[in-house]
Amino acid sequence: MIRVVLPQHLRTLAQVSQEVELSVEGVKTISSVLKTLIISYPMLRGTILDQGTGQRRPFIRFFACGQDLSFEPPDSLLPEAVLVGREPFRIVGAMAGG
Amino acid sequence: MSGLRVLVGTRKGAFILTSDAKRTNWDMRGPLFAGWEIYHINGSPADPQRLYASQSNGWFGQVIERSNDGGQTWEAVGNKFAYEGVPGTHQWYDGSQHPWEFKRVWLLQPSPTDPDTVYAGVEDAALFRSTDGGQNWQELPGLRAAKGQFWQPGAGGMCLHTILFDPGNPQRIFVAISAAGAFRSDDGGLTWLPINRGLVSPGELPDKSAEVGHCVHNLATHPARPSVLFMQKHWDVMRSDDAGDSWHEVSGNLPSDFGFPIAVHAHEPNTIYVIPIKSDSEHYPPEGKLRVYRSRSGGNEWEALTKGLPQKDCYVNVLRSALAVDMLDSCGIYFGTTGGQVYASIDSGDSWSPIVRDLPAVLSVEVQTLP
Repeated sequence: MIRVVLPQHLRTLAQVSQEVELSVEGVKTISSVLKTLIISYPMLRGTILDQGTGQRRPFIRFFACGQDLSFEPPDSLLPEAVLVGREPFRIVGAMAGG
Repeated sequence: MSGLRVLVGTRKGAFILTSDAKRTNWDMRGPLFAGWEIYHINGSPADPQRLYASQSNGWFGQVIERSNDGGQTWEAVGNKFAYEGVPGTHQWYDGSQHPWEFKRVWLLQPSPTDPDTVYAGVEDAALFRSTDGGQNWQELPGLRAAKGQFWQPGAGGMCLHTILFDPGNPQRIFVAISAAGAFRSDDGGLTWLPINRGLVSPGELPDKSAEVGHCVHNLATHPARPSVLFMQKHWDVMRSDDAGDSWHEVSGNLPSDFGFPIAVHAHEPNTIYVIPIKSDSEHYPPEGKLRVYRSRSGGNEWEALTKGLPQKDCYVNVLRSALAVDMLDSCGIYFGTTGGQVYASIDSGDSWSPIVRDLPAVLSVEVQTLP
């Protein structure tokens, strides 16, 4: 299972209080995790990736194991610790403003 | 009538207040969608249990929520707003051309007759329609063909904020767009005409013959007299007696003719309400006195309504979608402020009291009169 931590506003939208666990089929990449997330929680469609372009929204960042994966290619394999469920894949609303 | 439901959109969530027809005791639910901006929450005239809400924020974009049980439960529906064809460009602040970019839904206006049909007014300004309860949205591109390349955003963004239907003519729709003007369709939204003749904005728009570019803040009409339109423009309160073909000013004795919302009494088509704001650079009431102004003559002669409203040291604003009326025999008037108060009058504006205070800044107020 892949553990995914959502930012507060998306937890509210998805009506979950904690991190979510996803059973991702095939190669476990950033892209496949996000696709599985949207299938499991369709209300999140368009809130992480732009509906029109499919690109990461500007104020969204991806982190895992202390690394910023935001600019990695979407088909990048996730770190081993995420694959085995030891560490979560974190979707973060970037800090902005004062 | 069994009661009222007041739907309040704020900077940090939605709130629903309910009361019986006496309108003296109010129960509140909320915040719904806590932490999200709710630009608008509105109910279907055809099915009062069907509600729609526009939920957005700068990080996560646009979400549309739908309720089938009067707001007890909600589900996210479609949130893909794609401009039809090649979006093209509109005028930018510096006069250059800028691509149309969807930012958010300002307004959700359900059809008067079908709860599954709902219109969305969006920024950058365009009109979308869903006929399946908000699951899928299609643009009505004929609106942007009405000189859209000359539309230019104002300080608040280029938003489509007003949608009015003509109950006697389902083919007729009016919309208004901030810093573009008012528009009318007589073929169900296929084609559109700018209806801005008579609007004068010497400071912002020196060309008196300009068909578009007028900063319309809000429109209102009465269903019994749908060809009479009232407008709160950036400056000036205006009236049209010919469905927008021409306008004349009815600001009369208002202490300021700048403001955002305008509304019509539920049973008196010639009784209208505005809430004057000092100026476009000082968005608060003149003299620190929160006053609703009522005209019983369709404009020009205005009386200040002050009983129960703060008459000193008040520096809130009332935004364009934050004024509404109910349909009870003694017409109720409601408005919300950027200070988080929602005031109500159950006697057509003669006296006021807050039905809730200390909410986040209020963006919109709608009232459902429940059967």
